[in-house]
Amino acid sequence: MLKIENLHATVDGKQILNGLNLTIPAGEIHAIMGPNGSGKSTLSYVLAGRDGYEVTEGSVTLGDIDLLAMEPEERAVAGVFLAFQAPVELPGVGNANFLRTALNAVRRAKGEAEIDAIQFLKLARARMKVLNMPDDMLKRPVNVGFSGGEKKRNEMLQMALLSPKLALLDETDSGLDIDALKLVADTVNSLRGPAFSALVITHYQRLLTHIVPDRVHVLSAGRIVKSGGPELAEELEASGYGAIQAAAA
Amino acid sequence: MAAVTETIEAVQAVNDGGYKWGFETDIEMDFAPKGLNEDIVRFISAKKKEPAWLLEWRLKAYRHWLTMEVPHWAAVKHPPIDFQDAYYYAAPKQGPKSLDEVDPELLKTYAKLGIPLKEQAILAGVEGAGDSPSEGGRMPIAVDAVFDSVSVATSYKERLAKDGIVFCAISEAVQTHPELVQQYLGSVVPQGDNYYAALNSAVFTDGSFVYIPKGVKCPMELSTYFRINAKSTGQFERTLIIADEGSKVSYLEGCTAPMRDENQLHAAVVELVALDDASIKYSTVQNWYPGDAEGKGGIYNFVTKRAACRGKRSKVSWTQVETGSAITWKYPSCLLIGDDSVGEFYSVAITNNHQQADTGTKMFHIGQRTRSTIVSKGISAGFGQNTYRGLVKISPKAAGARNFTQCDSLLIGDQCGAHTVPYIENRCMTAKVEHEATTSRIAEDQLFYCRSRGLTQEDAVGMIVNGFCREVLKELPMEFAVEAQKLLQISLEGSVG
Repeated sequence: MLKIENLHATVDGKQILNGLNLTIPAGEIHAIMGPNGSGKSTLSYVLAGRDGYEVTEGSVTLGDIDLLAMEPEERAVAGVFLAFQAPVELPGVGNANFLRTALNAVRRAKGEAEIDAIQFLKLARARMKVLNMPDDMLKRPVNVGFSGGEKKRNEMLQMALLSPKLALLDETDSGLDIDALKLVADTVNSLRGPAFSALVITHYQRLLTHIVPDRVHVLSAGRIVKSGGPELAEELEASGYGAIQAAAA
Repeated sequence: MAAVTETIEAVQAVNDGGYKWGFETDIEMDFAPKGLNEDIVRFISAKKKEPAWLLEWRLKAYRHWLTMEVPHWAAVKHPPIDFQDAYYYAAPKQGPKSLDEVDPELLKTYAKLGIPLKEQAILAGVEGAGDSPSEGGRMPIAVDAVFDSVSVATSYKERLAKDGIVFCAISEAVQTHPELVQQYLGSVVPQGDNYYAALNSAVFTDGSFVYIPKGVKCPMELSTYFRINAKSTGQFERTLIIADEGSKVSYLEGCTAPMRDENQLHAAVVELVALDDASIKYSTVQNWYPGDAEGKGGIYNFVTKRAACRGKRSKVSWTQVETGSAITWKYPSCLLIGDDSVGEFYSVAITNNHQQADTGTKMFHIGQRTRSTIVSKGISAGFGQNTYRGLVKISPKAAGARNFTQCDSLLIGDQCGAHTVPYIENRCMTAKVEHEATTSRIAEDQLFYCRSRGLTQEDAVGMIVNGFCREVLKELPMEFAVEAQKLLQISLEGSVG
């Protein structure tokens, strides 16, 4: 279970998160929607532990662990996965090597044996087939020369292989065509289970027709201003954020 | 040990007393006293039982050296070297008395590389550590683990002899193959080539000799590790490799474990000769002690490496991974004389802490349709200074010559420096020369991306740096490539964060 209490965070001295409260019980998928500048990406970076995103107040726990006390890599091996809005290119670093290193870091943390290159390829290829990714994407450098859709599918491949406890999807739907969008949704849905939670950050309701969330929250000026069921997303799509922001203000 | 010290002191006392005739007749002695003069050169030659021509050759080099000045054009800084304050033959060991006296950072690195204590002591130059007879001196561990005994080395030697391949210490080759040594020694790097090459020519005591006969493809990677009697790597190594017509050889030099040495100055010379259709691949991993984090100690590595592609369609490929030494001054070069000959230079140079590297290559296009490729990757971290210095020279006769040069620099932190000094001299209308250069930093978003996938900061840096160097690392023979990747990462530890 992810529990965020009274979270305040600044970026470059600017207050972005302003007393955010959010609880995601294990096994649930929640969506966060909100206008530009409401703090959506900041929330995902704060949860993943990026440098420069400074927490000034509040707490974040995943199960019984204090996430804010951990380095990004410690959070990752503890089960936090951030699917990037703009996945980063790593020239010269083979995708297979990168993925296997990440997978083995997570496995080590879980007390599982590391897997060798052959076992890894088997595992990765099976997943890639589902994601409609050609084999050669394993040989190419991480995200270098990947199309927008390929980058997002690569994120989903990583997520599926690392099978996190908490997935943070930061506008993973941006710039995707409908087929790629479905693949993203299929991956998230395939991970659904009692030990998996996800926070899906999005501008649009479109993704949420494929990943049906348990709860939808509206973020405005660094706080959750409204929460509801999946129908809230449709409501927002119809009426926009204006009314809710006005009501909250 | 005490007896040795006593003797040295005795000899010194005699010298200081103005005994001008030196000790040239006393070749019963195992070592020469400090300092350099003609007598020392004669002593070395006599100890090696060298023929008269070689002694003359050395003396000519020495006399030329006296007329030369220390080069100052490289972008490196160091206090003046006192050449009279060094031993030139069999310096007595003055290493640390035990591992307790060794730089703890160096020991940490050994531990990370999984080197047993006994071998750590040998690598660190601890007195007496390598003295047990079965050990055979500083046998580099990297290969020790794989080829664990002298008998393996012997059987390799037998296998090579079957093909007529000569692979031995250069002093041995002087005795067994004098005609080859006399024909080729100094034919690529003449005695007076440069200050350090002249010094080396006068006093070299160690090094490898390789001859690959016509049409023979050497069946294995040759490495100094296999060379019997390959004790400590010499201060003034001299290596000569000759690939006869249609032959092929791959040679490995160095060791990934950082090696300490009491001799601060190392000035090696390597000469390669490739005849028609011959191919030589020369790979180096250089990891001499770089000094401590404050820049104290560390090896000065002033090396002259040059290949002559004399034959038509001959090819020489240099690959180097330079992570060690306080100062690296090294420009492996190719004289592309034969028509259609090919020269390649692939380099990774890392400078961390206070290390300085001024390295690159020279490609001389003389024959027609000669081709060269230069790929240089410089990584600077800490207070490190990294300079690529290269020359591509195309003579008027080199019709259709081509060169491609790529120089990439990666900066880690804001106290280090990267410099690129490429010279291009083209005197041929039909030649084509390309040069690309980039300078970049490890981006914060790259580090965060890796860390958000569970990689530690150091693993992330290692992975990004290895990615940056991939084009060069893939040129290394397999057994070196894996170790080199690990080495790059270890060399940069603590450079971020």
